[in-house]
Amino acid sequence: MRQTHMKRRDFLKCAGAVATLPLSTVELAFADTDKNFTFAYISDSHIQHIQGNKFVHNWDRGLIRAVAETNLLYPRPDFVVFGGDLAQLGKKEELDHGAEMLSKLDYDMYCVLGEHDYYLDLGKYWSKLYGRHYYSWNHKGVHFITLNSILTYDKWTYERWPSAEQRMNEMAGLDNPNGSPFMVGEKQRAWLKNDLEKVSKDTPVVLFSHSPIQKIYKGWNFWTEDAEDIQAILEPYKNVTVIYGHVHQVQYNQIGNISFHAVMATAWPWPYPQSYAQAESHLPKLTIPMNRADPFHERDATGWQLINLKSGRIAMDYNLYNNTNRTVRYNPEIGKPEDSFYQAASRQIAPQEHY
Amino acid sequence: MSKQNLKLVVGILLVGLVAGMQAQSNTVGSQIEFTSVAKMNAAQPSASVPLGLPAITYPKDNPQTPEKVALGELLFNEKRFSTTKEVSCSTCHLPEKAFTDSPLEVSEGIDKLTGTRNAPTVLNSVFATTFFWDGRSPSLEDQALHPFVNPVEMGLKDHQPILDIVRSNPDYRKRFKAVFGKSGNAITMNEVTKAIAAFERTIISGNSPFDRWYYGGEEDALTKVQKRGFNLFVNEGRCVSCHVIEQTQAIFTDNLFHNIGVGINDIQKDVPKLAGEFLQADATASEVDIKVLTDKRTSELGRFAISRNFDGLGAFRTPTLRNIAVTAPYMHDGSLETLKEVVEHYNNGGVTNEGDPVNDFLSGGIRPLNLSEAQIDDLVAFMESLTSPEFTQAVKSK
Repeated sequence: MRQTHMKRRDFLKCAGAVATLPLSTVELAFADTDKNFTFAYISDSHIQHIQGNKFVHNWDRGLIRAVAETNLLYPRPDFVVFGGDLAQLGKKEELDHGAEMLSKLDYDMYCVLGEHDYYLDLGKYWSKLYGRHYYSWNHKGVHFITLNSILTYDKWTYERWPSAEQRMNEMAGLDNPNGSPFMVGEKQRAWLKNDLEKVSKDTPVVLFSHSPIQKIYKGWNFWTEDAEDIQAILEPYKNVTVIYGHVHQVQYNQIGNISFHAVMATAWPWPYPQSYAQAESHLPKLTIPMNRADPFHERDATGWQLINLKSGRIAMDYNLYNNTNRTVRYNPEIGKPEDSFYQAASRQIAPQEHY
Repeated sequence: MSKQNLKLVVGILLVGLVAGMQAQSNTVGSQIEFTSVAKMNAAQPSASVPLGLPAITYPKDNPQTPEKVALGELLFNEKRFSTTKEVSCSTCHLPEKAFTDSPLEVSEGIDKLTGTRNAPTVLNSVFATTFFWDGRSPSLEDQALHPFVNPVEMGLKDHQPILDIVRSNPDYRKRFKAVFGKSGNAITMNEVTKAIAAFERTIISGNSPFDRWYYGGEEDALTKVQKRGFNLFVNEGRCVSCHVIEQTQAIFTDNLFHNIGVGINDIQKDVPKLAGEFLQADATASEVDIKVLTDKRTSELGRFAISRNFDGLGAFRTPTLRNIAVTAPYMHDGSLETLKEVVEHYNNGGVTNEGDPVNDFLSGGIRPLNLSEAQIDDLVAFMESLTSPEFTQAVKSK
């Protein structure tokens, strides 16, 4: 839910730090330039409580750095989105500690709910901090939607586990046969349909979810069970972008009218899973592997994003710590997003095979 | 310069010249694994350089000749290239101090004016890929241009006074003619800096007790304590990730930039303002040079002032550790007096005084180490084994 930070600092008006981000490479706007704007995206911080006032140092540092760097952006982004998994095991201590770090952002913030925030108390404490689990708003001619995409079957959630802690732990694991696929669910799909009815088909729609609204790899829940149903609801709209966290890596894809973009975590990177062909036609094309993580540099292969909205299409600038920044943007010629630099075979970095 | 010092330089220089004549690059760039014991790594060093150093490659457009190196040395020591006629390159890069100005925290130029940064050593700078603490210069040739015209270093308005001297002085005229085949207005700063750089490329040193042990297989070259320190250096201490040691050679730097929590903490609250102001000024290279050496607060932005990338905020070049025992104080601002304080800073996770806040932009490799007091002492002892024989005396006289 939207949170307005009250202490806007005037001195930031003269701050300028964005020569660093490859803004100059964004294609020229061809519509009303006044409507072009940017927002920043921070995600998957996984703040983890150890005991007392001790938290996992590494995850703390990732979020602190993302917030501090985002505050230096100039021109200022219109708002910041936090993409979910603020906490590791949904604990009050974790959410509070994470919220405290996020409160240092000098921008309005919108929050997405992740499964690590949810499965301990089913999002109760998270709601106290950030409000509704799904909502929409309009900004400069764009319709924004946030979904709670990490729900699952009621039976799994309400009946299967003897304790809330065990439920949380089961959902937190990868390749866990006791896990359950994510879904948006019927109730929210009805809400979404209703919400979109008021929106004209020409209006750019940007949808935030924690899990991908496409099927990538079930074993790690890089997956939303009712993805096709949601895609069908979005189908009539000319220009739709879905931005999701959860996967901790660069991904992009185009399914029909919908562009998909994943964001990096501030906590740790995931490797790319072997594509798992359950839904053949919807497999994303992971064209470029991410540069490998350097185990010495705790921040390597993590980062945050600056997103440029021009004429309703996004250009995603990945700010990658200890690595080369990169940009993924919609290419109208091929009708899908692509990495702006690494497409040519000669520019691709071969994966490391020797250690 | 005293006679003794001169001998020292010549000694280093001769080694360098031999290296120059035999310089065919066969540098081994393999990654080292520290699972094996030191003896197993006792690879055959290149015959052309002191034990423990990589082979040297020289730029194609500035080949080494003995005459050029000799000219470069004269220019390096030339005080008339400063407004007061009292400051030369060697004022801050003293041979007997391992080419630093130890024990100064930050360097002193004309009229005792001080800059913002601790003089980095010229030793082994032939292996560096960028120059100055923030890497704002891409070559030794380019680097040599800037101190002449920096207001707190040698203070010249422009390079003309230098050209006037080398174009008219009979000895310089003869030498420039012999080395470059040029005279009069054909002599430019291009030739001046090429000669200085050629001289600097001969200032190399290895063959420390560490080298004799690790690469030479001399079991007794290190003490038991120093060997324990080495083990910490490549393992728990996490030092080697930036201060690189390889299988056949060690330059003790990754030639990269890291925010290790020094200096930037003092300006943390002002980073948005300073970074913003700096970028809006759209500064030229020479303006940057002046700004970072005359304004302490801007100086602390580090690599960011050059790269304008967030990753460079408060980040400075990894210095070599060779002869580190001779070059106190430490860090880009000379803020730490002893090697022990340096290790304690890292042990605290990039914080000098335990309990102080950690910098927001700290490099990801820096984290608390939980080393014991004894382990800290071991690490210091190891660093004391990195002194080349030319500088052993300098350590003793400290």
